[in-house]
Amino acid sequence: MQVITREQLIEKAVSLLAANTVSCVLGWSRGEFDYDVSPAVFRSEEEVRRNFVWNDFCGANMSKYLISKASGVDGKILVFLKPCDTYSFNQLLTEHKFDREKVYVVAVPCDGMADFRLIKKVCGEGIISIDSEDAILKVKTLYSDSPISVPLTDVLAERCKNCKSKKHVAYDELLGEDGNVLESGRFDEVKKLEAMTAEERFEFWQNELSRCIRCNACRDVCPACTCEKCVFNNPSSGVENKAAANSFEEKLFHIIRAFHVAGRCTDCGECSRVCPQNIPLHLLNRKFIKDINEFYGEYQAGEEIGLRAPLTDYTTEDIEPCEIFHRRDTDA
Amino acid sequence: MQMKEHKPLIVAFCCNWCSYAGADLAGNNRLNYPAEVKVIRVPCSCRVNPMFVLRAFQRGADGVIICGCHPGDCHYVSGNYYTRRRMAMLFSMLDYLGIEKERTRIEWVSAAEGAKFAATMNDFVETVAKLGENKRLEDLRCK
Repeated sequence: MQVITREQLIEKAVSLLAANTVSCVLGWSRGEFDYDVSPAVFRSEEEVRRNFVWNDFCGANMSKYLISKASGVDGKILVFLKPCDTYSFNQLLTEHKFDREKVYVVAVPCDGMADFRLIKKVCGEGIISIDSEDAILKVKTLYSDSPISVPLTDVLAERCKNCKSKKHVAYDELLGEDGNVLESGRFDEVKKLEAMTAEERFEFWQNELSRCIRCNACRDVCPACTCEKCVFNNPSSGVENKAAANSFEEKLFHIIRAFHVAGRCTDCGECSRVCPQNIPLHLLNRKFIKDINEFYGEYQAGEEIGLRAPLTDYTTEDIEPCEIFHRRDTDA
Repeated sequence: MQMKEHKPLIVAFCCNWCSYAGADLAGNNRLNYPAEVKVIRVPCSCRVNPMFVLRAFQRGADGVIICGCHPGDCHYVSGNYYTRRRMAMLFSMLDYLGIEKERTRIEWVSAAEGAKFAATMNDFVETVAKLGENKRLEDLRCK
């Protein structure tokens, strides 16, 4: 259950369209089911009223779509951003990826989004519809006579359980009330992994990453992955169009993907959300964030516009790579 | 039948302005270092993309070492400071994925330190030889 209702967002979008403040709307569109909400551009009041949705499955981060959508538009584009999306928004502005003047941001408070995979675990397959009432999801399925009630807190996406902030860091207009930056346990999982032995860690990642089918969804959805030409589209890489022969060959892709966004990743968790194989990719990104915080000072990408990313910066007193391990071995 | 002894393959990225000349000096001074070390000359240690390191492992290297100028002595003023941050992050990530941390190393070797170059390489080859073949980061498609 979200504080702001779908109707409120629709009225906001319609009134801004009518007043010609914006010429189109970037938001969440109805999918085939209640849980497969997808991003879309709405150009008229009629389209907004028919297809716009705002429910517990609007996890998609709209910031990245501004890169392609904001440039071609007459006037301004309206975009709805949740707190975590505004961090990506600022980070993209820092990197001059689109024109701030072309965008009208309406900030929407968020109570956390549900992960439909977790709902399927509870309710089984064959979900027909999902309604929400006071933080309880009513799930109707093909195989049960009455709707199954699931508390939203039980099926929250991982990133929302460990929400880092309910505060919007950028907006033109705010609906409802703004929250605060939260203390979250988002590094707990990383710490658990760090405490394991190298063999255990290898086992863990082998198990996770060997499921990768290289669909590139994590790359395509990532608001920090904005290169026009990607190293992984290189046909002479030697691995393009070849099936993995042993089980841990996609690690190069995953290490480099995480490395390319290190210091710019706002930890929005989109990579893990879109992964069809349910690989906890955010654990790679969070490792980099944790290391950067530990060695180069606390840093939250996208907190302000114009911050310098830690890996494009240095001090003469930086820690030596060998000291990192030395420090960890002596701590342990 | 006796098993063939495994000789580790080491890729050493050496900065043109320091370690590469250091390797030269080691040769001139008749200092030995193992032939398994394959030196790749780069204009600055900062030129080494993390992808290079992983590509080397993917294609069968057993260890990768990056040699650059001592911090503060970079020919391009600040290149090696960036390398230091970048590689610290990369090595830490490899360790996080369960790759043996001894397989990667960064060492600052100036053009005057031929002896240090040879000693570093001897030590590194010995360490990597103990670990045996790199199985965790190899990619059979590239071999």
